[in-house]
Amino acid sequence: MSELVLDCTAMLCPRPIIELARHIEDVAVGGEVLVLADDVAAATDVPAWCRMRAQEYVGVEDVEGVPGYRVRRIR
Amino acid sequence: MTTPVTSPAQPPGATYLDSASGESLHPAARSVLEHALDVGYADPRRLHGPARNARILLDNAREATAEALGVRADEVTFTPSGTHAVHLGVLGLLAGHARQGDRLAATGVEHASVMHAGQWHEAHGGAFSTLAVDSVGRADPSSGAGATVLAVQVANHEVGTIQDVSAFTEHAPVFMDACAAAGRVALPEGWSSAAASAHKWGGPAGVGVLLVRKGVRWRNPFPGDDRVDERATGMEDVAGALAAAAALQAVVAERTGTGQRQAKLIDRLRAGVALIPDTDVVGDPVRRLPHLVTFSFLYVDGEAIVTELDRLGFSVASGSACAASTLEPSHVLTAMGALTHGNLRVSLTRTTTEADVDRLLAALPEVVAGIRRDAGL
Repeated sequence: MSELVLDCTAMLCPRPIIELARHIEDVAVGGEVLVLADDVAAATDVPAWCRMRAQEYVGVEDVEGVPGYRVRRIR
Repeated sequence: MTTPVTSPAQPPGATYLDSASGESLHPAARSVLEHALDVGYADPRRLHGPARNARILLDNAREATAEALGVRADEVTFTPSGTHAVHLGVLGLLAGHARQGDRLAATGVEHASVMHAGQWHEAHGGAFSTLAVDSVGRADPSSGAGATVLAVQVANHEVGTIQDVSAFTEHAPVFMDACAAAGRVALPEGWSSAAASAHKWGGPAGVGVLLVRKGVRWRNPFPGDDRVDERATGMEDVAGALAAAAALQAVVAERTGTGQRQAKLIDRLRAGVALIPDTDVVGDPVRRLPHLVTFSFLYVDGEAIVTELDRLGFSVASGSACAASTLEPSHVLTAMGALTHGNLRVSLTRTTTEADVDRLLAALPEVVAGIRRDAGL
């Protein structure tokens, strides 16, 4: 299973979501992207992106004090 | 040097689509306001002739407002803003029920003024929690069980979704925020206190309305004042209150026609923006306020789109963080799980036409595509 980490710290929304959209296809179907983002809007917008783009939102985890939003590519 | 008092020119051809922030003065209010400014300047508490005039105008304003909102005249208090009416309505109900408990619960999509009242209550030792909402922004009435006081809006100011206010009243006395809805839809039954704001229905700014139902336990949570009306703070804006009442009467008299026309235009807008790729159209499509809609465009910066639309002559609001005074995304959109960036709230005025809506719909696809292109997508 492939995994890609996108460091989007200090980026304001919609930038982290744009980065996610650009790089989701860098992983194979079934692979995961971990978006590190400290902008509070990402907490809502990463799951909303997954709903709108039919990808799977796995959840949020703490990565050395920064929220990491995990997304699984399912198509 | 004396600072000149100026009045900027109206931008030519601007299409104002932000009535949910403030609608221009209703024509029915204008002549009333001018006359009342001349006649109603005195302090209504005094015993002389000019004071009696002011008192008559104020009582008239109270009666007309009560009639238009379906309440009793002695349940109406004019406040210096809708926000102040909200604070008095929420905190006064809590103060009146202090023996029963101190637990305030508000739906997660209440207006910021309700949330600020909750935070104030918490800072003064009370408990404050929010109730979850579903994806259209509606809270489940059963979630209100266990609260001392509930805060539930008639309908949401950003997405328009109507709440089941009456169903909450079996659990606790309800403060009802009617700021977005007053004048536009009939108010529900069963609530204990409520707030409204005149500039949202075409009355002047600086006039709020506090409603406290007869027999409800309400205590002034603030220092109070020596007015005839114990709930009032300072001298009422008599002329403003009368103009607000005149506008409200007119809006209520016209609302069947206006509401149907606006609801159709919003349907048109919802269907039109849904054709733009990667757009989240938010809120209940049916049980909603007639005049407003919110949608969000993926990958679009909220400030950029508001600015670009302003340049093209459309005045709209946004709940995106970058376009907000707080730099936080809209808590309403967040509570619903809706996309918070690239957000626009379009709210129609009483004179918005189908042509206005169609011009916006014609402009949006290229505006959105342009911003996405600039973002490298």
